[in-house]
Amino acid sequence: MHHELRMPCTEADVRKLRIGDHVTLQDRLFGIRDATQIAMFDQGRTTRLDLRGHAVIHTAPNVRRVDKRATNDSGYEAICVGTTTSDRMERFSRPLMEREGVRIIIGKGGLREQSQKAFAELGGVYLAIIGGTAALETTWIEAIEDVDLDDLNPESLWQFRIRDFGPLLVAMDSHGGSLYATVQAEAEARRAAALAKLGVA
Amino acid sequence: MTLHVDATLVEEVAKLLYIRALKILPDDIKDGFARIAASETDGTAQSVIATMVENIAVAERTENLLCQDTGIPIFRVQIGRDVAVDGFALKQALARGTERATREHPLRSSVVHPITRQNAHTSCGAHVPVIDIDFVDMQETLRIEMIPKGSGSENGSFLQMLIPADGVAGVKRFVVDAALKAGGKVCPPTILGVGVGGTSDLCMHLAKVAATRPLGSRCTDEQGAALEAALGEAVNSLGIGPQGLGGDSTAFAVHVEVAATHITMNPVAVNIQCHSARRASATFTPSGVEIGF
Repeated sequence: MHHELRMPCTEADVRKLRIGDHVTLQDRLFGIRDATQIAMFDQGRTTRLDLRGHAVIHTAPNVRRVDKRATNDSGYEAICVGTTTSDRMERFSRPLMEREGVRIIIGKGGLREQSQKAFAELGGVYLAIIGGTAALETTWIEAIEDVDLDDLNPESLWQFRIRDFGPLLVAMDSHGGSLYATVQAEAEARRAAALAKLGVA
Repeated sequence: MTLHVDATLVEEVAKLLYIRALKILPDDIKDGFARIAASETDGTAQSVIATMVENIAVAERTENLLCQDTGIPIFRVQIGRDVAVDGFALKQALARGTERATREHPLRSSVVHPITRQNAHTSCGAHVPVIDIDFVDMQETLRIEMIPKGSGSENGSFLQMLIPADGVAGVKRFVVDAALKAGGKVCPPTILGVGVGGTSDLCMHLAKVAATRPLGSRCTDEQGAALEAALGEAVNSLGIGPQGLGGDSTAFAVHVEVAATHITMNPVAVNIQCHSARRASATFTPSGVEIGF
């Protein structure tokens, strides 16, 4: 099933999403990364940007400084915006949702049990983007509208204007479903056979 | 005759190689994609692979980076016979070319101080770019290979100082478990590099060399080559698939490199290269500089 979501969205919007569905996002997206979240949740820094009901993507883009103008209020132009491995940021999923009101996390490689619990309790989802396909992803970014915590550059908090961002795959939903957990469990179950074929007891 | 290599030219070449490597995938990797696109049986995996292939075309058409991760810059320099080069100036030129690529393109500097986490926005720092220099049996030839090593796959690095009683069975088990631990985090389909033998640091270096070898190349050691085939089949039988979303294509290949080791040692290391297996090279000869992969 395919869903189109204009951002920001509601809890009801994300509760409708089930693993295996596809989602295309419109209008707005925020970029965050390791250093951004360490600053926000370990060092107590706050942001003036309003993330309530929004989607965040695990990223630190390649950008170019430009004169501020109507299409680039931030003073930055996107060169290449991609996605980083989400797993390192597992422990920040709950505070992102509880403190900042985030509904959607976009990343690659998946998140773990604590995020899964937070998605179920608070109403959130993880959307998988294909890692390493940043040239394509960049064509879905219209502009960098704003930036905060820019002393952490390139791991600033970025606000992107987006158009037809996706399709993205619902890989973890708010009903306990996780494609990663399923695939990983199946892979673990195949370990013994793989080792036996290698002649390893 | 002697080939004289000028540091100013090396600087220009280093800058060019870094940017080129980030934008154009080598033909052997593109061929690898064609192979797995044809053999993959899982529906989700097929669409993931199709998106990766589309991205390669978009990057070339828009002259953009394949992946946002500009990586840790690595240069491998092979110096042949009858080559005159100021080695220290060459190292400085590689760093200057890296810094200029970062500032002039511009590129994201992905390199920070390990303790302060300060980013100098040059892609350089202590011991970075990583520069490996070797002397080889080639006449009047100097070759520079540039590898921007992405962090998602580099974080999938594993070392174990196994003991002789663990045998080659221990090596095999370690590699299968490394693939399971890495899961989808290392941006599969990967080239899974395995180092067997040596010292701890040499073993990990071998794994990196293996992970960044062209697809289709084989380990020159017959025992190592046999391990490559067996481990490749084993890793792909796990079903982790592209991006860890399931499928047959977990690794393009498993590559093995070996080194002699101590009678009491049995070290094994795994280093992984992601599907954006980027490389670029320049070969200096008396007839000029040839840019390739």
